Amino acid sequence: MSEVVEAHAGHDDHEHHGPAKGLARWLFTTNHKDIGTLYLWFSFTMFLIGGVMALIVRAELFEPGMQFVVPEFFNQMTTNHGLIMVFGAVMPAFVGLANWLVPMMIGAPDMALPRLNNLSFWILPFAFSIMISTLFMEGGGPNFGWTFYAPLSTTYAPDSVTYFIFAVHLMGASSIMGSINIIATILNMRALGMTLMKMPLFVWTWLITAYLLIAVMPVLAGAVTMMLFDIHFGTSFFNAAGGGDPVMFQHIFWFFGHPEVYIMILPAFGIVSQIIPTFARKPLFGYDSMVYAVASIAFLSFIVWAHHMFTVGMPLAGQLFFMYATMLIAIPTGVKVFNWISTMWRGSMSFETPMLFAIAFVVLFTIGGFSGLMLAITPADYQYHDTYFVVAHFHYVLVPGAIFSIIAATYYWIPKWCGRMYDERLGKLHFWLSFIGVNVTFFPQHFSGLAGMPRRIPDYALQFADFNMLSSIGAFIFGFSQVFFLYIVIKTIRSGKPATDRVWEGAHGLEWTIPSPAPYHTFTHPPRITDAEAHS
Amino acid sequence: MNQSSLRTVRKLIMLALGMFGFAFALVPLYDLLCELTGLNGKTAGAYVYDPARESVDETRTVRVIFITNTNADMPWKFWSEKGGVEVHPGELHTVNFFVTNPTDKVMVGQAVPSLAPGLAVDYFHKTECFCFERQVLQPGEMMEMPMRFIVGSELPGHVASLNLSYSLFDVTDFVDLSTEDAANNPS
Repeated sequence: MSEVVEAHAGHDDHEHHGPAKGLARWLFTTNHKDIGTLYLWFSFTMFLIGGVMALIVRAELFEPGMQFVVPEFFNQMTTNHGLIMVFGAVMPAFVGLANWLVPMMIGAPDMALPRLNNLSFWILPFAFSIMISTLFMEGGGPNFGWTFYAPLSTTYAPDSVTYFIFAVHLMGASSIMGSINIIATILNMRALGMTLMKMPLFVWTWLITAYLLIAVMPVLAGAVTMMLFDIHFGTSFFNAAGGGDPVMFQHIFWFFGHPEVYIMILPAFGIVSQIIPTFARKPLFGYDSMVYAVASIAFLSFIVWAHHMFTVGMPLAGQLFFMYATMLIAIPTGVKVFNWISTMWRGSMSFETPMLFAIAFVVLFTIGGFSGLMLAITPADYQYHDTYFVVAHFHYVLVPGAIFSIIAATYYWIPKWCGRMYDERLGKLHFWLSFIGVNVTFFPQHFSGLAGMPRRIPDYALQFADFNMLSSIGAFIFGFSQVFFLYIVIKTIRSGKPATDRVWEGAHGLEWTIPSPAPYHTFTHPPRITDAEAHS
Repeated sequence: MNQSSLRTVRKLIMLALGMFGFAFALVPLYDLLCELTGLNGKTAGAYVYDPARESVDETRTVRVIFITNTNADMPWKFWSEKGGVEVHPGELHTVNFFVTNPTDKVMVGQAVPSLAPGLAVDYFHKTECFCFERQVLQPGEMMEMPMRFIVGSELPGHVASLNLSYSLFDVTDFVDLSTEDAANNPS
């Protein structure tokens, strides 16, 4: 309760002044809540920009034949949609949530490195301005797919690729600094009594995610540095003429890329593990096994990368190893899914908007997981590789997976952030529009993919017309329902009903013990951890 | 920032730098792995032919198919005298390849071989190959390049044919022509 915060009023002078006024507040802020807010708004902006690109793609694919754009521009749209959604929307949204929530959940006054925190955020707008500006340059922006395989991204790349490389370097630097900050905060700034195995799962998943980021973002930086050298300094890392190997690019990229896909889902696991117990009014089932499952998934993510490239040529032993290792991931993932279901089992469930998104996450993420298992089967992958089946698979784990979890988190914690309740009726409407939109968009893509429709093409054979039209209709429903989400959020901030401190009847955790809205400075004196507030 | 945070941060920065280095370490590791496993169809360097050690297996015939490609930016013409040959494992064979430089500039070419199936690379031995060195061609010059090879008699029984493909790359910009002429001019 609020006495924790108020009890120490009048100790240190600098704790009392609130935020600075005007633009300077946001430019120079070192407050974890301000920076979290910046991250979240930045991420939402990128989500809309990446979304517009997706809708350009879907508009072109509404009917066979070329309608709206030229193929070169279509390629730039698919590429930038992927890059912006991965690096600009999903990752910063999770970092934003970590900034807001990690210190409040572990009873810390702020992040361990507040100035670095400011820097990690403010690099991002520059990185993405550089990347998006290439679209307006002569020769266009990145058009080689978000995986930027060499030699498409070296020998055959547009001239603007150097800007792209620099932008990726900046994004990597931002992620690494953010991760260092999060780990330093979690390891060193927990309140007394908040032992590791009492931490909320969101904190746990972020701790592991941050380690993944520090391990693989430098590898990505290395890959783009090699590209830079190949393009400008005459080296031949990926150039067969000079003794290099383009396939090696794929290995290095996916050594980064596979942990990266878990970076985009582990914090989502954390969010769902916070929300489901609240609305099932039961403690999380199998807390310890959840922690071990996340750690196992993180470990396995390093030894499965070649399942993205079964068709480039690999000995049988390699294919078998990567197939079995990939399938092994289903075990810890299954543990998590069954734990969420067991948490809901015989709970006193209620279905507020965050819970609806969380349940949809469990169901739809599992569908995405199953199509992942299908793709893991090497001989079958030869059929599915580079088809819309793959597109359907990773959109099922990223949209109703990562994005739904971020939306759920927003509804769940927004009353704490701004002290006002969102409109439950509108939230539910947003949920159902999103749920229907996402399934109408991506479910048909399984079928067009199985029937052989390749991904990353602006035109297609006539037999795929119906599924594509359906997909495009769904995409526009989903896209516009996210504009509706923006309206709901603004309405909440401006005119929502005041929220209580606890907000949700079944909520446990330190963040619910402070007033709503959360004061600018919280836990300047560490709280006492009670059993009721330890992991919910 | 307190002392323990500082220690954590130091360790994490070391980890990040280490992983950046690891990305570059992957390059030699990758080559090593390809060499050990014969992945990628990268054939080995020059092989020393010892007639006493090779036993010719007359009962078995393996078809070797030659494919010649020029990289998209390479203006040279590149072809082999035969599309393929039937060989007995253990026999030494010679096939001639040809290149011409139709441009009016001195150019340097480098052929990169690839063998399919990749797992047969350990049994495909070349005693002489133009791919071991670069070719420097004067404007309009044509060159005949013999390639001598032996299919090892230990070649697994299920391999009935081998595809040897060469891609010819323009490496003029990568080499210093003045030293290249003297040091590395194939016959």
